[in-house]
Amino acid sequence: MVKPGDGYKDIPKGGLILEAGNAKNYKTGGWRTKKPILDKETCINCHRCWAFCPDSSVLSEDGDVKAEIDYDHCKGCGICAHECPVNAIEMEKE
Amino acid sequence: MSNQVALTGNEVMAQAMRQINPDVVAAYPITPQTAMVQLFSQFVADGKVDTEYVTVESEHSAMSATVGASAAGSRAMTATAANGLALMWEVLYIASGTRLPIVMPVVNRALSGPINIHCDHSDAMGARDSGWIQFFAENGQEAYDNAIQAVRISEHEDVRLPSIVNLDGFIISHAVENLEILADEDVEEFVGDYQADNYLLNSEDPIAVGPLDLQDFYFEHKMQQAVAASNVKDVVLEVAKEYEEISGREYGLFEEYKLDDAEVAVVALGSTTGTAKAAVDNLREQGVKAGLLKIRLYRPFPAEEIANALKDLDAVAILDRADTFSTTGGPVYIDTRAALYDSDADLEVVNYVYGLGGRDIKVEEIESVFEDLQQIAETGNVEQKINYLGVRE
Repeated sequence: MVKPGDGYKDIPKGGLILEAGNAKNYKTGGWRTKKPILDKETCINCHRCWAFCPDSSVLSEDGDVKAEIDYDHCKGCGICAHECPVNAIEMEKE
Repeated sequence: MSNQVALTGNEVMAQAMRQINPDVVAAYPITPQTAMVQLFSQFVADGKVDTEYVTVESEHSAMSATVGASAAGSRAMTATAANGLALMWEVLYIASGTRLPIVMPVVNRALSGPINIHCDHSDAMGARDSGWIQFFAENGQEAYDNAIQAVRISEHEDVRLPSIVNLDGFIISHAVENLEILADEDVEEFVGDYQADNYLLNSEDPIAVGPLDLQDFYFEHKMQQAVAASNVKDVVLEVAKEYEEISGREYGLFEEYKLDDAEVAVVALGSTTGTAKAAVDNLREQGVKAGLLKIRLYRPFPAEEIANALKDLDAVAILDRADTFSTTGGPVYIDTRAALYDSDADLEVVNYVYGLGGRDIKVEEIESVFEDLQQIAETGNVEQKINYLGVRE
């Protein structure tokens, strides 16, 4: 497993990634300029944000979307806020 | 056992591809393609090879499909020429950057425009910094021998870089030569089976190829590539030694022709080196200490070795069958001058750009270069460093 800061002698040739299912190890949350904040009081648990999120960053647990947003991977695109029928998600500047 | 045959450069390269028997060949079948892949496709149709032959809609796709096939773990080849190579440009870097040991014969022809299909090196020179190994050949025999050795060199674990095997358009590709091809089983044994370390079709051990590689690791991967390029020279010599055992033909990084005691010499690539040998022989008969350095491995450039071979000359002319339009001379001139800068050599280095768009180069013209060199050696005066040979005013 390649770690941040590894040198050229220690990493696989040609940019190969030797572990499958590795996308989750790449934390894209740092790309975000605006952060979705879910107002759990207003949320009607319709799962629209969960369905539309292109990065699977709206987490649903036991049928309840009122869990959390995965800020390690959410890029802050704002699709969730746009799709929310009750305006329960607000985009807040990082 | 080898066979003596009379074949064109295209035909003998098709034979080399048949004997290498790659798993996949992807090629764009029409012009600027050459007869090489047409002949090879006949071998496929006749069941003479086990190759999966993919016809594609452009050279960009030909190189892309070859990259995909190589990443999948197969031994993959393609071939092209001229503007076809130019259209591959983007994907050439993906092949070398992803460290895929693809071998590609390139029939060297001018880049348009104006439209021209004849021999010069402007196609190959456009790819000289793409991270591909490049070989040049004096004739069809050398092109054939280079193709077979290139498979081993590219696939060597210290290298894992793709190779372009150059042969001069028409002069070599279309002219019939008397040459020797190896027995099929000798080539089969020499190239062996290709086993990629990590490959896409290995379901036991899945990997990702060609991922996003930003500020944090791209530079490290380029450094690996630079190290691999610096390993090429040793591997070329090692493979040449083994190849000599089965072929009886000797290869190095370059050939020194009557260079040992030479006072004046030319440096050249490709078929012109045959013409230059005739000029050297004529001058030797007249008592002129003339010589030739014929570059075989052009990329990576064996700078130290070339500087060492040239250092005792009084004057040397670099013949370039391509211009850079940088006003600082042709590509081989720029490389050679840079190589000499670090050596203790004290000699004049001049440049002759010649033969663009298939303009013929004659023995007498190369003799005239040697006359210029003798004059430079005598007077120490260089009137013009960059010259255009055989162009009308």
